[in-house]
Amino acid sequence: MSANSTALRRRRAATAGFHLGAGALAILWLLPIALVLVTSLRSFDDIAAHGLGSWPHSFTLGNFRQAWVDGGQQRALINSLVVTIPCVLITLALAAMAAFALSRYELPFRRSLLLLMLGGNLLPPQILLIPVSKLSEVMGIYDTLPALIGVQIGFGVGFYVFVLHGFMRSIPVEIQQAAVVDGAGPWQIFWRIILPLTRPALAALSALSFTWIFNDLLWAITVLRSDTKMPITAALIGLQGQYVSMWNVIAAGSVIAAAPTVAVFLRFQRHFVAGLNLGAVK
Amino acid sequence: MAVLTAPERKSPARTPAKGKRARGPRRTPPLVLVFVLIPLLAEAVWVFWPALQGFYLALTDWDGVSAPRFVGLDNFQEMAHDEVFRSATGHTVLWLVLFGGLSALLGLAAALLLQQERRGVGFYRAALFLPVVFSLVATALVWQAIYQPDGVLNQLLQSVGLGSLRHAWLADQDTALYAVIVPALWRQIGYVMVLYLAGLKGIDPALYEAAKVDGATAWQRLRHITLPQLRSVNAVVLSVIVIDSLRSFDVVWSLTRGGPYHSSELLSTYMYSTAFQSLRLGYGSALAVVIFVLAFGVICSYLVRAFREAD
Repeated sequence: MSANSTALRRRRAATAGFHLGAGALAILWLLPIALVLVTSLRSFDDIAAHGLGSWPHSFTLGNFRQAWVDGGQQRALINSLVVTIPCVLITLALAAMAAFALSRYELPFRRSLLLLMLGGNLLPPQILLIPVSKLSEVMGIYDTLPALIGVQIGFGVGFYVFVLHGFMRSIPVEIQQAAVVDGAGPWQIFWRIILPLTRPALAALSALSFTWIFNDLLWAITVLRSDTKMPITAALIGLQGQYVSMWNVIAAGSVIAAAPTVAVFLRFQRHFVAGLNLGAVK
Repeated sequence: MAVLTAPERKSPARTPAKGKRARGPRRTPPLVLVFVLIPLLAEAVWVFWPALQGFYLALTDWDGVSAPRFVGLDNFQEMAHDEVFRSATGHTVLWLVLFGGLSALLGLAAALLLQQERRGVGFYRAALFLPVVFSLVATALVWQAIYQPDGVLNQLLQSVGLGSLRHAWLADQDTALYAVIVPALWRQIGYVMVLYLAGLKGIDPALYEAAKVDGATAWQRLRHITLPQLRSVNAVVLSVIVIDSLRSFDVVWSLTRGGPYHSSELLSTYMYSTAFQSLRLGYGSALAVVIFVLAFGVICSYLVRAFREAD
């Protein structure tokens, strides 16, 4: 009886300690976000009079309109989505194909190929910047969105091959052997067996790659020049220059630039956690 | 078996002498070759071929207008006498240790704390992961506002009686580099945490139960079950951290452009300003080669080890 109540008390203390620690951590992490949200809703006069770090004395949605219309963020956001969505789909499809071939078949030099593909992704982008912009000029696609899509796919694919290879490698060989005995070809093994088992990894990677490609700055300013074609990150830097020390507009622009990836994250998170649970059970 | 635990895959018949074929058919189906070759081609066009050109450019003197002039190793000789290069290299190593080390340690700690299936844990995980989805440009702008002379950080110091510590964090040579690392960490820790959470999920719970039955303490379970089981995830985490450290550019560029007086200069920002502002494309390419050497050494040695263990 008494042993029981001590155990109960100890468990309660552990729960309180957990929420205290994790809660403090979460607040620390969310504070900067709350700050930028508050700043984006304040008027310029309020910030000028009371300082950036004071409590808000005003409320306005005008900053968002200013960033969206005058700052050109509407067009920039469309550009970003036109680049990001095809990039994610094509990159992951290509990476899954390569990872499948390299992890499930005795290809000659398969380990060297995997190292080579990952190695390409590990290259510092700096060494590629000048040659890539020259290359897109030669191909006649400089300053067009297809150039950005091309370089994002080519540069990104190696990393996803590496990660997916790690996942696919641990799927038991026996499953594949059973399918081969039943007369399944490589395509059926890939599409019907390996890909469904890799779904948790694919879900996690598509969420991550969406944010990475959407948030890229360096490749965009390498192969694009016109302001009208720039994605949202480059537009945000433009906003920083256009509205110097008008923190209300800059904050609103940051919120707009972050909103799509936050939406994708919140939408994917359930899928993500469910996928990981699925992986842990079987 | 869990999806993430790689070491379990010990194929018993690796030697052909046994007469049994452990995996797929001996002759590779053509479709499988195509599966490898298409992604490889995409990477060859956009990465391998440009990289070769980049390495060649490192041996030239080029202003981007006239034709590149071959100068051999002159660019690398110049680095030996370049003060800015030396301090940028030091900052890059410091960045690797502080940013890389802290994000791995804190990411693992956060994962260990938040792996417990308690009520509300999903919210805490989401809170830590949320900054990961922000672009580094947006992150930089958020923290730039915090660091302003009239910003929240200084306001906070004032209100707790530490007003003497107030200053312009990004404009001070002694604090600029650290002031830039903090936002980078804020964004990276959640990402590392998610990688580790996935790894922890993949550990067979039976291992912990067996250890508990044997009377192992929480520390012993961490030391002898969790950490060894995470080895395959560590491969991913380490490579991600090293790449990200050496690539760090956006956040420094948006906050300080490497200044004041090169006090937050990294090799990546120095390379960029050399190439695209001073228009010394040859010397800039040589700096990129140095970054490449730093990155490739670390990754290669690790990959070789990881692959030897896995096979």
